Amino acid sequence: MEIEIEDLGNASLVRVSGEVDMSNSPTVRDSLMDLIAGKAPAIVVDLGEVSYMDSSGIATLVEGLQETTSYGGKFRIAGLTEKVKQVFELARLTDVFDIYPDAEQAKEGL
Amino acid sequence: MKRFQIEIPSDPACLKIVRSSVESLCSMAGMDENESCKITLAVDEACSNIIRHSYEGATDKPIICEGKIEGSTLFFILRDFGKKVDPSKIRSRDLADVRPGGLGVHFIQEVMDRMEFEDCGEEGTCLFLEKIVSTTGAQD
Repeated sequence: MEIEIEDLGNASLVRVSGEVDMSNSPTVRDSLMDLIAGKAPAIVVDLGEVSYMDSSGIATLVEGLQETTSYGGKFRIAGLTEKVKQVFELARLTDVFDIYPDAEQAKEGL
Repeated sequence: MKRFQIEIPSDPACLKIVRSSVESLCSMAGMDENESCKITLAVDEACSNIIRHSYEGATDKPIICEGKIEGSTLFFILRDFGKKVDPSKIRSRDLADVRPGGLGVHFIQEVMDRMEFEDCGEEGTCLFLEKIVSTTGAQD
């Protein structure tokens, strides 16, 4: 699993790739919490290259969403692969997150 | 009969070994990629729960995972030697309460047709998971 963070000025783009599971979701959480501690106005998490995500990955994203919105920030998800999308569906979370087809569309309006 | 049996340490970094074995078995059962991913998720979540709850995060304890295809059913048996599970306390949570965590059991129950814990003697627990396969036919 790899994470790249890009500062877009008005938003932070977090690109995650590979498999997100119990072994590495704390790394994703640390990256998000660093941005949240700095009150990032908007966070876009690009999951377009994520081939697998378990409940710990989902929990990390839920926490990121709740923390970001608690100070009025925006939290968006981009590029769900079919496999990861079905995990969101199993968790009944597709309507809870702002989900965009790709990072470019997720960045619009931020 | 198509089957595998592996033993991994209770190290989260080793979960991918289980996932790989489960994916292979699902493929042999003729399941499509998305269905295979759900089954893999369910078994992975069960192993994660063993690490979290039975072994309380210890990374050097054994987890034995067996998977097999019998007829049109996939069977998985997960054996640990940690803290015993009280089946009456295992339940899915209310998903309307959006919060981090607590989704593992929901995923397992949603994906699998049977989830049953069994006492395995002095130490640990056996978890039995079953999934009836609806496919175009298993591979030889």
